[in-house]
Amino acid sequence: MGKRSNWAIPYFIFLVLFVALPLLLVAMYAFQDNYGHFTFANIARIFTDTDAMSTFVVSLEVALENTLICLLLGYPAAFILSRKDLNKSAVTVILFILPMWINALMRTLATADLFGVLGFRLGKGTLLFGMVYDYLPFMIYPIYNVLLKMDNSYAEAASDLGATPVQVFTKVTLPLSMPGILSGVMMVFMPTVSTFAISEFLTNNKIKLFGTIIQENINSSMWNYGAALSFFMLIIIGLTTFLSGSDKEVEGGTV
Amino acid sequence: MKKIISQIYIWILLILLYSPLVFIAVFSFTEAKTLGNWTGFSMNLYRSLFTGNVSGGATLMDACRNTILIALAAAAVSTLLGTVSAIGIFNLKGRRKQTIQFLNNIPMLNPDIITGVSLFLLFVFLHISQGFLTVVLAHITFCTPYVVLNVMPKLSQMNPNIYEAALDLGATPMQAFWKVLVPQLRPGMLSGFILAFTMSLDDFAVTFFTRGTVGLETLSTYIYADARKGGLTPELRPLMTIIFLVVLVSLLFINLRNNRAAQKS
Repeated sequence: MGKRSNWAIPYFIFLVLFVALPLLLVAMYAFQDNYGHFTFANIARIFTDTDAMSTFVVSLEVALENTLICLLLGYPAAFILSRKDLNKSAVTVILFILPMWINALMRTLATADLFGVLGFRLGKGTLLFGMVYDYLPFMIYPIYNVLLKMDNSYAEAASDLGATPVQVFTKVTLPLSMPGILSGVMMVFMPTVSTFAISEFLTNNKIKLFGTIIQENINSSMWNYGAALSFFMLIIIGLTTFLSGSDKEVEGGTV
Repeated sequence: MKKIISQIYIWILLILLYSPLVFIAVFSFTEAKTLGNWTGFSMNLYRSLFTGNVSGGATLMDACRNTILIALAAAAVSTLLGTVSAIGIFNLKGRRKQTIQFLNNIPMLNPDIITGVSLFLLFVFLHISQGFLTVVLAHITFCTPYVVLNVMPKLSQMNPNIYEAALDLGATPMQAFWKVLVPQLRPGMLSGFILAFTMSLDDFAVTFFTRGTVGLETLSTYIYADARKGGLTPELRPLMTIIFLVVLVSLLFINLRNNRAAQKS
């Protein structure tokens, strides 16, 4: 037995080198000036940089709205798909998860093009629409999986004992599907808050999200400030993950 | 009644979800440079996508080739690394196990852009010139954790004694790995490989930050650069249509096969 645990050693070294060290470097660069001296200036600059701050607020707003819309549209869909009496066809399920396998930039571009041809003005509205297009499957899939595995006898027992259909849903089905909702929310919120490119396409560069600011700084060789912005986002993401109490397992799943 | 409303809801969502893709597919069968102009049915875009005699056509095919090569390399290495590591982690105990599992979770929780920026800083810090190899390394970094998670459940379902039995009967650890462990773990390895492959195909942010300045393009970075220039290469339309059909057919095929297997057992 003792010997096979050694098989994890190469991967441990790999993880230290390619996961832990890079994150330490983000922190290191964030607290350094151009000459490699320790400084708080980069971090302080984020809070006085009105561009970065307003972008951050917009990003949070868009991510929250997107997550909420995906949840409101996706939950009923997942619910219907998981019920044999409402949906018999396996093909509809495949159709809902299929977009997850197609390049996101491609899908976004197709959406932006369609908006363009239909004559919609690109802005906040099209941004939200496009984001919902992009992320809806990632909300539906985990909720569908949880609902599918759920033991139906709980809901039946509740209704046998006199609960109304609404009560059955709010007191039994909904609480039991919470793990699916949580991982759906994580899978939609996290990428939206950090996305770049997608917002550029969908708003014709009118609305910038936080990811774009990071990318602009890194690309124009402002590594220290870019690292500080990344560090800031890392802290926010870490807090969100911690507060939602998850070191969740398999998020994606397979076919 | 409930069923009819449910079906209407599902189909409205599907129509909304697929309208951009269908729109692109329809306009892949006409020649017009600007999208939305119908100048009659034509297969010319398909032809020039493969022959590459239209401006940008050749580089688009290069981008496709790079995307597939990177995905294959990343998925193959992560499947091997992830499987060996899962066996190791499975046999670890206590604090060491928790530490490595914690590290393994980080790439899955990290947003792409953070993974990309942090690896970019690593390569800069170590003075490693960036290109094909660094992109593959970066993809291995975010793919392997998913392989580990897919192989782990198979390990707990497996009888731990058969590996020992193979060793007792004179197999070398290498032989025991390939002839005993791998066949048992194959379903987990396969789903890990597929997941890694598709995530690598889909990636944009990590590739964007780790590809360096040698002009390496994958499909995502190609599309990004193309869209920023304003004019979208018309050949992207047939390409998108083909990818869509390939994915649709393979998903239907896999599912039908799974259903048949489920019915048999």
